Amino acid sequence: MSLSLSLQSLLFKTNAWLAQAEGTTPAPEGGEGAAPTEGAANAAGDATKEIVEAAPERAFMLNENSTSDESGAPYIESAITYVLNVEQSSWWIAAFSMLLACLGVFGFINVFALFAVWLERKVSAHMQCRLGPMEVGPHGALQTIADGIKLTVKEDIIPKLADRPLFILAPIIVFTGTFIRFVPLPFGPHLNAIDLNLGLFFIASVGSVEVLGVIMAGWASNNKWSLFATIRTATQMVSYEIPIGLTFVAVIVSAGTLSLHGIVEAQEGWFFNWYMFRNPFLAVLFIVFFIATLAECKRAPFDLPEAESELVSGFHTEYSGIRFALFFMAEYAAMYLVSAIAVVLFMGGWYTGIPMIDEIGMNTTSEVTPWLGLFIKAHVLIGKALTLVFLQIWVRWTLPRVRLDQMMYLCWKVLLPVALLCLVGSAFWDLCMGAFSDEKDYFMMIIPK
Amino acid sequence: MSTQAARIAKGKEDAEKIFPMVKEKFPDAVLEESMPAKNADPFLVIEPASLHEVCEYLKNESELNFNLLHTVSTADFLGGDDEEGRIEVTYFLDSTEHVHRLNLKVKLPREGGSVPSVCDLWQTANWHEREAFDLMGVHFEGHPNLVRILCAEDWEGHPLRKDYVIPESFHGIKNIVY
Amino acid sequence: MNRVGEFHVHKNVRKRFVVMINAGDLRTEEMLLNMGPQHPSTHGVFRVVIRTDGEMILETESHIGYLHRCFEKISENVNYMQVVPYTDRMDYLCAMINNLGYAEAVEKLMELEVPERAKYIRIIACELNRIASHLLAFGVYGLDLGAITPFLHAFRDREKILKIFEKLCGQRLNYTYIRVGGVSFDMTEEILQDIQDFLDYFEPDVLDEFNRLLSYNGIFISRTANVGIIPEEMAINYGLTGPSLRGSGVKRDLRKDEPYCIYDRFDFEVPVGDGEQGTVGDCWSRYIVRVKEMYESAQIIRQAMRDIPGGAFIDKKASNKVKPPKGEVYHKVEGARGELGYHVISDGTDVPYRVKARAPSFCNISILDAMASDANMMLADIVAVIGSFDIVMGEVDR
Repeated sequence: MSLSLSLQSLLFKTNAWLAQAEGTTPAPEGGEGAAPTEGAANAAGDATKEIVEAAPERAFMLNENSTSDESGAPYIESAITYVLNVEQSSWWIAAFSMLLACLGVFGFINVFALFAVWLERKVSAHMQCRLGPMEVGPHGALQTIADGIKLTVKEDIIPKLADRPLFILAPIIVFTGTFIRFVPLPFGPHLNAIDLNLGLFFIASVGSVEVLGVIMAGWASNNKWSLFATIRTATQMVSYEIPIGLTFVAVIVSAGTLSLHGIVEAQEGWFFNWYMFRNPFLAVLFIVFFIATLAECKRAPFDLPEAESELVSGFHTEYSGIRFALFFMAEYAAMYLVSAIAVVLFMGGWYTGIPMIDEIGMNTTSEVTPWLGLFIKAHVLIGKALTLVFLQIWVRWTLPRVRLDQMMYLCWKVLLPVALLCLVGSAFWDLCMGAFSDEKDYFMMIIPK
Repeated sequence: MSTQAARIAKGKEDAEKIFPMVKEKFPDAVLEESMPAKNADPFLVIEPASLHEVCEYLKNESELNFNLLHTVSTADFLGGDDEEGRIEVTYFLDSTEHVHRLNLKVKLPREGGSVPSVCDLWQTANWHEREAFDLMGVHFEGHPNLVRILCAEDWEGHPLRKDYVIPESFHGIKNIVY
Repeated sequence: MNRVGEFHVHKNVRKRFVVMINAGDLRTEEMLLNMGPQHPSTHGVFRVVIRTDGEMILETESHIGYLHRCFEKISENVNYMQVVPYTDRMDYLCAMINNLGYAEAVEKLMELEVPERAKYIRIIACELNRIASHLLAFGVYGLDLGAITPFLHAFRDREKILKIFEKLCGQRLNYTYIRVGGVSFDMTEEILQDIQDFLDYFEPDVLDEFNRLLSYNGIFISRTANVGIIPEEMAINYGLTGPSLRGSGVKRDLRKDEPYCIYDRFDFEVPVGDGEQGTVGDCWSRYIVRVKEMYESAQIIRQAMRDIPGGAFIDKKASNKVKPPKGEVYHKVEGARGELGYHVISDGTDVPYRVKARAPSFCNISILDAMASDANMMLADIVAVIGSFDIVMGEVDR
């Protein structure tokens, strides 16, 4: 976590210096508008009103600033500037706001993991003619909290023959590797830790850190079965990054930007503007992406690394207590992460697909509706992502597991050629559609400036 | 006639058909033909040394084609005043093609006797003979891997022998007899 | 040094990699892998030592005996009736058929004819138990291949059968129901109705549901078809019996070929592997034979329930005093896993002189080493192969 934080602040600082060198203002655009957070609004409603009245056109212009290169956590940042009563945000305020945002993401991962574990247990139970957890809380809702407490207070066992430093480091790296990918991920318009202009590239590149942690875990356990699982994981995750990368490229070609914000903005309007409906090649790529992310998350039918009937429990066989919990949390966080990325790339992000609803809170001077709009959008994005998470759970509890060679066959001989073809096809499709459309700058979107 | 009776009758019929064939081929090897009048099964007792030849004939003769060795069973007879102690090794043969069966029996002395292995004819004999060796101490000549199969490698004695004494402890684990 | 079976794990394995600087020094190593006795997919305490080259299996060596409970030795010390509970614990998944084999062997020695009603009850109980056993085999096979849901669906239906058995004899697993002379309790009208209800629920929809859920699933077929092929000759040579033998295309079923009890009165088919997916004798064939057999068992139960006569369910007089005359018999019946044989030697007392059980799983699993050495199997395949034999370790080790 600390790694990701320092990385972010470093990124931000670099940007600020670069901006200064170019003679522009270093403050992110989010800082300009005095958009209040909920807490701030409650705390000082009157003052907000004044600002809103003073500069109504600037107060709710956050959505229009999405073309910016990088913006931090604008809502938090503006709240801080408001509370501190500073005119303009400075870099340390931005850094502090990002820290808060990261803590928010960390909290989200925890809460989501708790929820997803419960969801997985309930969904699987109902698919299997069982009830699942029923004792703790209504319908077992608090069961995962009880399990979490149990895991944290458990004895921390490190096998005698294990490689101690690596053994301890591995779960931390796996968790960090997943957590760091949440950095550019939006939860709604401008609801993110930092909107990198290289967002998609960042996600694709730091995702490999997780593999490193898994290899460390399996190797350090000094257990042959764990070693097997580790090699399987490395094979699988490295292979399946290629179709995922190609999918990213296809979407980037269509959207003309690497920023996750920009990609969502490009899918505004009716739902047929979503990439999964706009372009048949991208629709195929959506399926490719979903299959590849199942493998990336080590979910069935690609759960070879933790195939309990073959490898006992995979690379985390020797882990217990809080270290095991970290692996577990990382797995469920990754489930949400890939689903959210799929939503951003193909399913219109936070847009409902009905412009009338999407317009709530846009271009209005009212005080409530922007928050309502943000509320709806955040819920739409998370809701869509949860639908995909449910789909992942559904697939897991239905299908048997593939064999290693079949998994590699699927990746290299099916998904990769299909993804390549679709990449080319989608580029040509965009060119042709662009030529027939009225948008004159359509070419400009796919040709780098 | 009940099914049970029909099955017994079928067994005797098979024996009546097959025993003379074996006896004709190996007049010296066949020591005894046991055809009990009642429900008990018929057995063909043969000399241990010629067991392999007889089995080879039974398996390869197309008219008999005993391709399935059902099991190898053993029994220990301590003997008494009037008879000598012996170990009986019984081979239950079966044919999936002709659906007939044959029970071969060899009688060995309790100590030092050995019988040729039939592993090369029926691979299934491998484990059956290992079991017989493990529990009864029958030595099978020519067996590729005659080691204990059910008991621990360092177990002493052969538990199914009638004169076997249950050990009081094994590797410090006390044996509690209720 | 950490001792794992016959081979050693070096304390610091990673040190080897430090010396691998030179490309010429790079080499691969074979690995000895100890699968079991505590392993999720060895169906108990079966142990296989696997020599692997990466994921490929070069050689295996099976070790059994971890569940040896001296069935044969104990049998020589208790009387004929007291042996019956020990037969339950051999193949604890189809204890009824274990009981039947032993009871019939002793009845054969005693020249005893059990009452007609008892025979029908035995058939119904055995075939119900066969369905329960195959349901478990079906579910566990899915579990071995990573499909968890079919397992619980199978258990849902197996539970219904166990409930019927609980009503019938108070036991869910080790019934001791079929005894020398008959059965221990009568099958009442209510239980017969329960069985009828179960069959009406089970036969039309459930088997079809199972096929859709697992049998014809693409991934399942790709994992099992053409994997672990056993040719007919090899299967017979290694003493395979039951569904494992029929999967190789051999139409041999003792219920048809050498009928016992009253199996010759019923009309049913013997399903064999026909290479519908993949090859005859592969894991899928062995699997599908079991699924089809469940349907045939249901047919037998229906016929038996239609014809069941009234009368006594046990020959009380005979069962109170089991003391067969001197002699020896070998009696074999068709168990859920293969042919179950009992070699009973009587010396005229009420204690058996020798009881030898021929356990089908014991013979079936002995083929594993031979299969693994010539087929190019992967680690995941060996799980599929072990699962396709549906072994029960209680029976292998006795």
